[in-house]
Amino acid sequence: MSEMSGRSEWPLFEVFIRARSGLEHKHVGSVHAADARMAIDHARDVYTRRQEGVSLWVVRSSQIVASDPADADALFEPARDKIYRHPTFYSIPEEVKNL
Amino acid sequence: MYTQGLDSLGKECVDRSAGDSGPLAQRFQERVDADEKIEPRDWMPDAYRQTLIRQISQHAHSEIVGMLPEGNWISRAPTLRRKAVLIAKVQDEGGHGMYLYSAAETLGISRDQMQEQLLAGTAKYSSIFNYPTLTWADMGAIGWLVDGAAILNQIPICRCSYGPYARAMVRICKEESFHQRQGFEIMLTLARGTPSQREMAQDALDRWWWPSLMMFGPGDAQSRHTAQSMRWKIKRFTNDELRQKFVDVTVPQARFLGLTVPDPHLAWDEAQQHYRFGAIDWSEFQAVLQGNGPCNRERLQMRRAAHEEGAWVREAATAHARKQAVRQGEAA
Repeated sequence: MSEMSGRSEWPLFEVFIRARSGLEHKHVGSVHAADARMAIDHARDVYTRRQEGVSLWVVRSSQIVASDPADADALFEPARDKIYRHPTFYSIPEEVKNL
Repeated sequence: MYTQGLDSLGKECVDRSAGDSGPLAQRFQERVDADEKIEPRDWMPDAYRQTLIRQISQHAHSEIVGMLPEGNWISRAPTLRRKAVLIAKVQDEGGHGMYLYSAAETLGISRDQMQEQLLAGTAKYSSIFNYPTLTWADMGAIGWLVDGAAILNQIPICRCSYGPYARAMVRICKEESFHQRQGFEIMLTLARGTPSQREMAQDALDRWWWPSLMMFGPGDAQSRHTAQSMRWKIKRFTNDELRQKFVDVTVPQARFLGLTVPDPHLAWDEAQQHYRFGAIDWSEFQAVLQGNGPCNRERLQMRRAAHEEGAWVREAATAHARKQAVRQGEAA
């Protein structure tokens, strides 16, 4: 069991699947693998046993840069009062068609 | 596959939860109350994090150890069809373990740590997998009863407050239904077979019925932490509620099979619209949980052997990856 205490854990990869062509890749989970090619194989075995996808992406988890939930207000709040960015902000007489 | 009774908090969690007050904790509870999902990098009380790590990792261990009793019958499946089905089912259990380990890792525990806890025998897993699979009919009884109980346990967790756990659960529940149906089909085939096949089916039901009821965990009066888990929306129904539901849906299925549920006190209560059932032998449940079930030692030995015998593969793959990385660096 020397290997257990040795912390030789394979790196973690995040897995993204394209369910069918025409759709975007979507995050589904993660796998451990020695390298990216093995990560694809593991992702295939773990996440696509029932034809869940036609394409896989894997990316090392350590390579993902994420926004901080604590910054959510500063990042996303400013969009909240800009309702004029939505079509429903504008009132158009009903008799006007195709708008 | 999953059992409740694994969701109990450790003592340290209860002690620490006292410190989890203040505006952040209040905001957290408001979000949970509003059915918002909590995501990995969000603030969460330490006790919530520890409870989830414990529950999800033990749930994952249950899936992994759960491969053993059924794996036992792959080489002896009676037909090629049954064999293909059983391989697919056991592979699903492995996959479920992977989804869950992946969810637990988002809380800050490593895969290695969880693995160590399982192999060292310090982590619990579902008590049901410490019973032996003696005949082919056990493959039917496990799919029908054990996976049936797991489904009832797991469906509410699809709405769990912790996002990664809930999403893993949705994936698992989609796959679990096949497990239960293939099990019932095995039971049905045996029940409609020769007298000795019927006998085999009855014997499997006799042995798996009570352990299946125990899968829902201790009765509500004994389950001290249910209230906290419900407040956090990790748990949605009590152990006894889910157990009652299991009995209510399963007894008619047994009747359809023409098999007898091994409980002389089982009776339909017209007023309550529920089946009344006999007392569960909790001393057996405790003994199995504490490591004294029929197969506890064997299961852990198998896991340890698999881990140790696979060590050279993991090391070789790591060495290969390192070599390739260096070569690519040189080429660039």
